[in-house]
Amino acid sequence: MPGSGHHLTDLSYFPGCSLESSARESNISLMEAAGILGLNLIELEDWNCCGSSSVNILDKEIAFSLAVRNLSLAPPHRPLMAMCPRCLYHLREAHQRLVREPETLRAQERRWGRPISPDLSIIHFLEVLVRLGPARLKQGLVRNLNGLKFVPYYGCTVFRPPALRQGTYYQGELGHVLTMLGGVPLTRALTHRCCGSFLSAARADVVTPLVNEIMASAVAEGAECLVTSCAMCQLNLEIRCTLEPRLPIFHFSEILALALGAEDYEGWFTRHLVDPRPLLAARNLIA
Amino acid sequence: MNPAAPDLKPRDAANRIVLAEQDRFLAGDIKRLSGTDLSRCYHCRSCGNGCPFIRGMDYPPNGIIRLVQYGLRRQALESHAIWICVGCHTCSVQCPMAIDIAAVMGTLRHLALEEGVVIAESNILDFHREVLHSINQYGRTHKLGIMLRYKVRVRQWFADLDVGLRMLAKRKMDLTASRVKAIDEITRLFIPDWKR
Repeated sequence: MPGSGHHLTDLSYFPGCSLESSARESNISLMEAAGILGLNLIELEDWNCCGSSSVNILDKEIAFSLAVRNLSLAPPHRPLMAMCPRCLYHLREAHQRLVREPETLRAQERRWGRPISPDLSIIHFLEVLVRLGPARLKQGLVRNLNGLKFVPYYGCTVFRPPALRQGTYYQGELGHVLTMLGGVPLTRALTHRCCGSFLSAARADVVTPLVNEIMASAVAEGAECLVTSCAMCQLNLEIRCTLEPRLPIFHFSEILALALGAEDYEGWFTRHLVDPRPLLAARNLIA
Repeated sequence: MNPAAPDLKPRDAANRIVLAEQDRFLAGDIKRLSGTDLSRCYHCRSCGNGCPFIRGMDYPPNGIIRLVQYGLRRQALESHAIWICVGCHTCSVQCPMAIDIAAVMGTLRHLALEEGVVIAESNILDFHREVLHSINQYGRTHKLGIMLRYKVRVRQWFADLDVGLRMLAKRKMDLTASRVKAIDEITRLFIPDWKR
């Protein structure tokens, strides 16, 4: 596996549409955390949408080609890292098909005029952290999370969709990493329940009860906040919750960067619809 | 929790379903197209038990499988359930017979579009179309553009206005789209080969 252990420094980075726009705070904090951990995230030059759920529903072939264009842009010698679970899923699924179907691989290479490596490793940021190991995290710890009670919310896609059953399993890693940084994970809430995804736009009436159910389960466990690995989940949980009081929803990268001593958090947290600053101030995590 | 199946309930002669007259190739076709063997389903309803969206569905996931098994093509393709399904794969993971039910839903959506049947959830389809449009134009999704064009399509100007305004205030939706530089590479994907 290229770039394991201490050699894991240079990574191609696929931000995806959400982290580029609506969840920019996740992108910025991820860059910050990566910098502190000594990772060099090199944004994939001129990347495009991974294919998304919508294109996959309307036209699978266009969606496949969209994902493959990104793969054709990735230098083969360094792993391609994604933060959005859905992007990761579409990129991996496309790559699997290329490995399975050599004629499709050759056709796509001709289409884009660029070679595509069948050995390209496509990984999630969580996997990078796990490979870095606990020592490096401990070493970078500046602000102990002080027993902050959080629900590690994975959403549906890091929960092993059938196409990726042979892939790495990220179950539990959010909790493991943040426990190391002083947080207390509450795992009995609805941590893998789907947030409603794109239905949030067209059928909010279906999504609101679902989000409320997830949030109520977090409240019942005594959580102070939720930490999510998916930018779309973060948005849905914020905009579709109608319960009071509303718990703050963090991007995983925000909490990680905060614990690792990042200072420009003001700019991230002002972009939240549920202001997390009172909670963090009460916990002496921010001034 | 499983909702009643409206099309199957009436027992009068006009609504009687004669199985011998149904599409006997449907189950085989779906099996081949989706790559999952739905004949293994013994209707334990684990799928519906875990499905986060079952409240919004007209048939539970195993109900859709039953329709396919019986060859009730129109009922399956015109159901709401196949469009409400977002492909979260909860059912696929929970199924004791390892049937990828989400893949069955995806295949049915594809057939529904291909065969031009009445789409039960036209708003959801309109939303997908706007996402596709945005990607065609910019190579990436532009949320504000998608939502504005979607609103024009479905003519629901005031639904979710508060959420939209709050997102704008927090600059969660950018006014200008993030674009792919080599946009030609993207747009040509959307043009049939013989037109290029």
